[in-house]
Amino acid sequence: MRLPVQLVLGAALTAIFALAVALSFIWTPHDVTILTIADKLQGPSGKYWLGTDHFGRDMLSMLMVGARTSIAVAIVAVGIGIGVGVPLGLMSAANRGGLLDEVIMRGNDLIFAFPSLVIAILITAVFGPSALNAILAIGIFNIPVFARVTRGAALSVWTLDYILAARTCGKRALRISIEHILPNIANLLIVQGTIQFSLGILAEAGLSYVGLGAQPPTPSWGRMLADAQTYIYNDPRLAFLPGIAIVMMVLGLNLMGDGLRDLLDPRIRRER
Amino acid sequence: MISFQNLTLAIHGTPILNDISFELGQGQIFGLVGESGSGKSMTALALMQLLPSGSLVGGHVEVDGADVLAMSEPELCTLRGNDIGMIFQEPMTALNPVQTIGDQVAETMLIHGTATKSEAAVIARKMLDRVGLPADKFPSSRYPHELSGGQRQRVCIAMAIALRPKLLIADEPTTALDVTTQAQILELLRELVAEENMSLLLITHDLAVVAGMADHVAVMRNGALVEQGPTEQLFKTMSHPYTKQLFEASSHQPNRTGDPQEIPILEIKNAVREYAAPRRKLFHRFAPFRAVNDVSFTLMRGESLGLVGESGCGKSTLTRAILGLDPLQGGEIHLSGEPVLAGEHMPASLRQKVQIVFQDPYGSFNPRHKVQRLVMEPFHLTKVPENPREHVANALETVGLPSDAMDRYIHEFSGGQRQRIAIARALVLHPELIVLDEAVSALDVSIRAQILDLLADLQTRLGLSYLFISHDLTVVRAITDRVLVMQAGQIVEQGPTEKVFTTPSHPYTQQLLDAAPQIPDDWQETKHA
Repeated sequence: MRLPVQLVLGAALTAIFALAVALSFIWTPHDVTILTIADKLQGPSGKYWLGTDHFGRDMLSMLMVGARTSIAVAIVAVGIGIGVGVPLGLMSAANRGGLLDEVIMRGNDLIFAFPSLVIAILITAVFGPSALNAILAIGIFNIPVFARVTRGAALSVWTLDYILAARTCGKRALRISIEHILPNIANLLIVQGTIQFSLGILAEAGLSYVGLGAQPPTPSWGRMLADAQTYIYNDPRLAFLPGIAIVMMVLGLNLMGDGLRDLLDPRIRRER
Repeated sequence: MISFQNLTLAIHGTPILNDISFELGQGQIFGLVGESGSGKSMTALALMQLLPSGSLVGGHVEVDGADVLAMSEPELCTLRGNDIGMIFQEPMTALNPVQTIGDQVAETMLIHGTATKSEAAVIARKMLDRVGLPADKFPSSRYPHELSGGQRQRVCIAMAIALRPKLLIADEPTTALDVTTQAQILELLRELVAEENMSLLLITHDLAVVAGMADHVAVMRNGALVEQGPTEQLFKTMSHPYTKQLFEASSHQPNRTGDPQEIPILEIKNAVREYAAPRRKLFHRFAPFRAVNDVSFTLMRGESLGLVGESGCGKSTLTRAILGLDPLQGGEIHLSGEPVLAGEHMPASLRQKVQIVFQDPYGSFNPRHKVQRLVMEPFHLTKVPENPREHVANALETVGLPSDAMDRYIHEFSGGQRQRIAIARALVLHPELIVLDEAVSALDVSIRAQILDLLADLQTRLGLSYLFISHDLTVVRAITDRVLVMQAGQIVEQGPTEKVFTTPSHPYTQQLLDAAPQIPDDWQETKHA
C-alpha cells in the first residue's frame, strides 16, 4: 500500500522538529543561558549558524530549546482539550436533549463567554506566571471547542441505521460511542486537533508576549517573536526565524493530520 | 425537436454511454428506463452539458437543430433553464432552505434577465398557482421546511417551468415520494405537457410509471439502449430479453411455501407511542403528538405480515417500540410471551429473538469495520462463540455470499450484496422474528427480486416470521400472508393479503391501491400469450 504523499511530508517535517527537541536536551551549539553581549545581532556565520539575538545568544540554540516550550504547551493543551472535551461531547450526544446535555453544553458556553486571555491573567494572578499555567489556560479553552465539534459530528452519526442496529443488539450508549461513533468522527477530530495545535503555539506566543507564559530565561518561540519586535527594522531575521519555525511546525502537523485522516478511512484508502 | 445521434461518453477513460440515439418530439413524453448505473441520468446531463470533469463526449445532441456539444458556455447557460428545465429526485435537498419559495421560483427569471424583480415575483406567483400551490394556502413567503415532500417537488417543477422551457427533464421525480403524492405529481406533469406543449424526458427505474405516462419508451442497460419504441407496442412485444427480464423482475412473485402456525410470536395490544410536542409558548405545554395510536395485532410463528402506510404514518415509530428501543406510553408488546421493555430493561435472551434489516444498504453498516465484525455484532447479546469466523461464514453462506467476504470492508460491496450482509447480520443469532423495514425499497428491480426470493427461501428453511414494512404495495403483495394498513398512527384495515388487495374495505386502502401506478392488464396478457 502506498502512503499518502502529504503524510510522508508532514511526518518528515514533524520528525525534524522532534529530533531537534530531543537533541536540545543533550547538546546545543551554544548555551542559551549565557549572554555574550559583544556578539549581539550578528548575522549567520561559522560560529553562529543562524546568527545571534540582541543579547548575543545563538539563534539556532534558542530555536531548539524554545521548541520544547512551544511544542509542550501545544501538545498538552490539545491533549487536555481532547481528553476532556471529546468524552464530554460524546456524553452530550448520547443524552441529546437530556439534562446532562444541557449542563455540559451550557458549561461550554460559560467558558466560551470569557476571552482566554482574561482567564490566563486570572490564573497567573492566582498561581503566578509560568509555562505550566499557560498550558492550563490554553487547555481549558480547548475543551469547549472539542466538546462542540464532537457533539455536532456525533449527533449526525447517531441518526444512522447502524447505530439502530447496534442498539437492537443491546449495546449501551457508552459502547456505541466508543465503537461506532468515535471512529467515524475521528477524521474531524484529527483536523480539529491540528488546527488547535497551531492555535496553541500561537496562544503560547501571545501569552509569552504579554509576559504571562514562559518566563525568562526559558526561551520559547512566542517570547522570541515578542522580543524581536523592537528590532524588526534593524534585524528582521530575529522575527523571521521563530516565525518560520512556527509555520513549518504547523504545516508539518497539518499535512500529517490530513494524511492520517485519509490513511485511517478505509473508503479513501481504497481509492488510492 | 431534441435528437441524440450516436452519443458516446467516457469519463476518465471509462466508457459510460455507448451509441445512444433517440428523438424526442414536441409535446411528447419520452420515458428512459433502466436500473441504477445504466447511464440514464448521464444521458440527461449530456443534454444539459453538465457532465463531471474528465468527460469525453462523442456524437451529436441537437436541440432545435443546434448542436449542444458545439456550444460555448454562455450559450449553454441560456439553453439551460430557458429551453430546458430539470427536476430532481430529492425534493428535500433541491431547494435552498433559507430562501422563500417565491424568491426561488423568481430567481430563474432574474438570472436569465427575462423579467424585472417585480415582474418576476408576479410570474413566480402564477407558476406556483399553476403547479397547484394556491396563494391563499401557500403564499410566496413560505419557506421550504413548511412544505411536505410533494409540495416541495411542486415548487421544483414551478422553478423548472418558470421560463416555459421546451423540454422538461424529470430525473426520478417521484421516487422519494409516497404513492398518493406520486400519482398527483405525475398527473401534474402530464397536464403541463398537454397544456404548455412541452416535451418531457422522464427518467425512472419504474416500468409502471412509464407505462402510465410515456408516449415513447427506451430501455437502457450498461450505457446502451437495448430497445425503444412506442410505449404500448414496446410493452406488448418486449422483443429484447432484458426488457422482459426487467418486467418480470418488477412483478416478481417469489415461491413461498411457508406454513404459518397458530402460535403467536408477536402480540401487540393497544400500543400508544407519544412524542412531546415542541413548546411554542414559554408556559404552555402542548398536547403530545400521538405517533402510534391504539395499535393491536398479532403475528404468528412462520407468518409473514405486511405493514403498509405512507411516510409519517407511524410505521417506523412502531418498529422502534417492537425492537425495545423506545418506551410505549400505553398498551403492551409481547414477544413469544415475554413483555418487551425499552432500553436496558429488556433481557438479552429476549432481544436475541428479534432482529432488523434496514432500508438503506449504505447507512446500515459502520464503514470502518470489516464484514466479519459487522456480522458478529449481535453476538454482543450472547457470548462470542469460540469459532466466530465459522458462524459468520455460515451466515454469509445462508444468504448466498462467499465466506471470504468477511475480510473485506462494506464499501467493496454493491447495494444488493450489502442487503444480503444485513440479512446475514440479522440471522447470525438465529432469531425468530425479523423486522424488514423497507428492506428492498432502495434496490433495483432485478436485485429486489433476488432478495425477495432469498427471504422466501429463508422463511421456508428456518421457519422465520417476518414483519414486512413497506410503502410498496406490489412487494407487500408478493411476500406477505396478511397485511395491515396504517394511517395516521392507526391500523385502518387488516386481513389476508389477497383479500385486502382485491376487495379493500377502507377508503384509504382503496386510495392507496388506486394511486399505485400499474401496467395495463391487456398489455401484460399479450406478452404471456
